[in-house]
Amino acid sequence: MARAAKATDTGTTGSAKRNVSKDELLKYYREMVLIRRFEERAGQLYGMGLIGGFCHLYIGQEAVAVGMEAASIDGDQVITGYRDHGHMLAAGMDPKAVMAELTGRIGGSSKGKGGSMHMFDIETGFFGGHGIVGAQVSLGTGLAFADWYRNNGNVSFTYFGDGAANQGQVYESFNMAKLWNLPVVYVIENNEYAMGTALARASATTNLSQRGASFGIPGETVDGMDVFAVKEAAERAAEYARSGKGPYILEMKTYRYRGHSMSDPAKYRSKEEVDEVKTTRDPIDHIKTMLEQAGVEEAEIKAIDNEIKAIVMEAVEFAQTSPEPDPSELYTDVYLEA
Amino acid sequence: MTDILMPALSPTMEEGTLSKWHIKAGDEVSAGQVIAEIETDKATMEVEAVDEGVVEAILIEAGTEGVKVNTPIARLAGGESAPAPRAEAAPAATVEAAAPVAAAAPVSKPAADPEFPEGTPMVKITVRDALRDAMAEEMRRDDRVFLMGEEVAQYQGAYKVSRGLLEEFGDRRVIDTPITEMGFAGIGSGAAMAGLKPIIEFMTFNFAMQAIDHILNSSAKTLYMSGGQIKSSIVFRGPNGAAARVAAQHSQDYSAWYANVPGLKVIAPYDAADAKGLMKAAIRDPNPIVFLEHEMMYGNEFEIPDVEDFVLPIGKAKIQRAGKDVTIVAHSRMVGFALKAAEKLAEEGIDAEVVNLRTLRPLDTDTVVASVKKTNRLVTVEEGWGPCGIGAEVAARVTAEAFDDLDAPPARVHQEDVPMPYAANLEALTVPSVEKIIAAVKQVSYK
Repeated sequence: MARAAKATDTGTTGSAKRNVSKDELLKYYREMVLIRRFEERAGQLYGMGLIGGFCHLYIGQEAVAVGMEAASIDGDQVITGYRDHGHMLAAGMDPKAVMAELTGRIGGSSKGKGGSMHMFDIETGFFGGHGIVGAQVSLGTGLAFADWYRNNGNVSFTYFGDGAANQGQVYESFNMAKLWNLPVVYVIENNEYAMGTALARASATTNLSQRGASFGIPGETVDGMDVFAVKEAAERAAEYARSGKGPYILEMKTYRYRGHSMSDPAKYRSKEEVDEVKTTRDPIDHIKTMLEQAGVEEAEIKAIDNEIKAIVMEAVEFAQTSPEPDPSELYTDVYLEA
Repeated sequence: MTDILMPALSPTMEEGTLSKWHIKAGDEVSAGQVIAEIETDKATMEVEAVDEGVVEAILIEAGTEGVKVNTPIARLAGGESAPAPRAEAAPAATVEAAAPVAAAAPVSKPAADPEFPEGTPMVKITVRDALRDAMAEEMRRDDRVFLMGEEVAQYQGAYKVSRGLLEEFGDRRVIDTPITEMGFAGIGSGAAMAGLKPIIEFMTFNFAMQAIDHILNSSAKTLYMSGGQIKSSIVFRGPNGAAARVAAQHSQDYSAWYANVPGLKVIAPYDAADAKGLMKAAIRDPNPIVFLEHEMMYGNEFEIPDVEDFVLPIGKAKIQRAGKDVTIVAHSRMVGFALKAAEKLAEEGIDAEVVNLRTLRPLDTDTVVASVKKTNRLVTVEEGWGPCGIGAEVAARVTAEAFDDLDAPPARVHQEDVPMPYAANLEALTVPSVEKIIAAVKQVSYK
């Protein structure tokens, strides 16, 4: 599996013939469908005024978070930007706590004080949820620094988008990560648009996998719509970082179906473009086809769909019935007692 | 005939040790030739000749300590005369350089520090070494503590605050970074989220502006945003405030900026005891701390209690000088200015109480208000600008809590409302001075 990863490696890793077990197929199908159904409901609750502020949906990008998660072990960390619901669900956070955070309730993972963009979960190693574009790259490098300091064999999976890839601190972080060979996997989710700006309008070079080349960080471009391609790349990258060789970059070619946030009508791209991706590259359709080819009965898939629907509806219910934080919570969690 | 003068090798150097001569009487010297070595408390440096000629005499022997800047150290026969130093224009003579205050650290007679009873043995130490000792002691205590920043390891610290730490703790725990403030502030913040206890040194807080996003958005707010799950036990430290003759981009007091932010604790020590006791407390504290040191204070010696594990409480001000007529509230280097002003005022029969804030957030309102209730008059002193400053905050709290006790409107002494000028005379006009403090005290005393 140790495919030589060179800084000059620009080939896209895509689907190939694989021997995949039915159980594995079902597992990824279940996890991706959970994210999609969850996000659809979040969009609906936003429309109903139950979720406020900004809400950035992950629909279309599910294969990235789910495939990456397959390469993580206990104690590894995940950190990302504001489009974070998918990563939290993939990391194993309780959908109820995530949805209740979106509605600003006490049952939310941050007691309703963080909201969509600021959620954390020590249990699952999810370190946010960050609203400042690019900040999570330095922070994720810091998580990797802590792994290096403790020599614990863990890896920090640090996600950012094609937009954040132009922030200066990304390169400050790349430099130090390689200088000290920190165990970090940088996952660039290239969904082609930084808010309304297409990649080529903002980036002098558009092959983001090579953004670490001048620091000697290997990178590869991956079909981020294919959960198995993601998983295999994730395993290569994690193994590389875990073995002490330092950082590794994975550029995930992906696509978001919705606007940048709920308030973005996405007029900067054509309906045809979006439809084309939905009909030809959808990550869930892709795995569904694989399930059918593997001879899985329609009824079995339907049962999973129903099960997921129930989980999401339970989260929706909880997110509406969990009370708002008590006013006494206003002044808690500002400082820890020394 | 030309005199070779003891050079100033840094903006704040006032004296040094002439450690070695490379020339002797009778030698011919050419411009650019290394003629001597000089040691300051920060570094050893070579001195190059500027003028050419034959050495007529060595005036200061090698090994002499405490040679003041601009003292003639050798004489050349022939050559052109170097411009004689003009005392009134030399930095050492300006109000800002404030040699009297800095050199003769004011002997304050504090109201007994409640934590340490009279009779506690004392030891003399510089602010610089107090900070170093505090970090070293805490690093010995807790393996999670590490120091990261520019030039902190091999160079021993740009201001030599981390001297000896690399040798004791190794390069896992004392880490030189590239010049990359935003990056290493972020890495430190991330490491703190993962449970380590980083000390992040900024070469000065002016450079921390490149990193302020991580101090506020990634550290101060994290506990709250995570509903109490993620703590950020991290110390951001370095020199803050007005340095000497380094102009606008290297000379600014950020006290008010950080003191504005909930989630941060902000500490501004004055003397060595503050520096040591509060640095140890800061490193132990589970919250993000901004620790504002002062470059002009690093070399000053003070007595500190010679006790094991000297820790001061965060959030407690100190009555640095007891008095009954007026309260002067100051922090950091300005405490020394306030003490100097109080001494002069005492000669005129005005007995000033000097409150050393020590911590700016949380601000010890109780101590300040209690003092004003006694003196009925308030003067605040800070190096920062006035608008929305620490003095404005103190004045607002005092007027809210002790309005009826005030016999005069509070007066504020602060930097003039301009970027720091370079010219020595303008710089001296811009920053607070003992004279300005005295004038403000007289204003609130109607004298």
